[in-house]
Amino acid sequence: MNGIEHLPPWAAALTALLVFAGAVVTLVGSLGLLRFGTFYERVHAPTLGTTLGTVFVAAASIVCFSVLQSRPVLHEILIIGLGVVTTPIALTVLVGAARFRDTAEQSAQAHGPEGD
Amino acid sequence: MSQLLLIYALAAAQVLLVLAIGCGAVRILRGPRAQDRVVGFDTSSVNAMLLLLTFGIRSGQTLYFEAALAMALFGFVGTVALAKFLLRGEVIE
Amino acid sequence: MTRFLPFPRVSFCLLALWLLLNQAVTIGHVLLGCVIALVGGRFLTVLELPSTRVRRPGVLLRLLGLVAIDIIRSNLAVGRIILGFGRRQRKSGFVNIPLDMRNPYGLAMLACIITSTPGTLWVNFDAEKGLLMIHVLDLVDEAEWIRSIKQRYERHLLEIFE
Repeated sequence: MNGIEHLPPWAAALTALLVFAGAVVTLVGSLGLLRFGTFYERVHAPTLGTTLGTVFVAAASIVCFSVLQSRPVLHEILIIGLGVVTTPIALTVLVGAARFRDTAEQSAQAHGPEGD
Repeated sequence: MSQLLLIYALAAAQVLLVLAIGCGAVRILRGPRAQDRVVGFDTSSVNAMLLLLTFGIRSGQTLYFEAALAMALFGFVGTVALAKFLLRGEVIE
Repeated sequence: MTRFLPFPRVSFCLLALWLLLNQAVTIGHVLLGCVIALVGGRFLTVLELPSTRVRRPGVLLRLLGLVAIDIIRSNLAVGRIILGFGRRQRKSGFVNIPLDMRNPYGLAMLACIITSTPGTLWVNFDAEKGLLMIHVLDLVDEAEWIRSIKQRYERHLLEIFE
């Protein structure tokens, strides 16, 4: 089995750069999870990792395997596509749930403490 | 030379991604409310998926890709299920 | 045509998905993928989705390019905010945007665009009043956001879907 030792230098350098950039972007996004104060601000944090972070790491994987197997290996596009389609749906549903809980809580407080 | 660079870059990227998963885990543990914990879970699952991709590049095998794909799917389904649970108190109506 | 292929684009995407997953373009896989695409397209008719057609594929491509640029730009902006390079007090908040679009596919696409761009978040859409509520991480000027969402995205989506 061919390992990364068989990569030509340019492909190795490009893969290294893309992988590192993707990891840095993802870490910055996840740090936002700790730094932001409110829930609605925190939801913005993971979108960094799911957009640019995923694109960079998947591109690194495409470059690496395409050069190793000397044919275009494109199935990492599926991961990018999946991330682009699913993350907004998940976050939108989650924000809707959070908003529902907030308004329910507010109305419960307005109607007195005994209501759930 | 640049193969060595790639090995170091992969190791560094894996450390950074583990730290990113740690951020998500801290938010799961600390999150004042349930929705904060779900955001932490979502972030952690995406980061774990990226970590699997870097393992795949390191090993030169495409097997990890399928694991990453499954991880992405389960992360999405899990987040939506948890959000639905927060919305209604029932997962399946 | 419509009886065998009720959703030609979805069926084509299923075929492409199958070939990408198997990483092979052999006759066997193409035939198997065609069967899956046909069966999958037929299953979608059970959902009774409202039909639509993409009017201007060129506009769609331009919109996708625009979104890609915006995603890169706002990635940098949000990264700067998280790392604390902001030179002023940042304030986040909700913005209400009146929309002209009613097409469900257009709205779904707008939701995906707004949420996957870091810094903006789709919160709620009031279908009766046509009022969209988004959350903006770095809110400076409300009117500026309303104008940019309507000008950059909604105008293109209206051209594509309505």
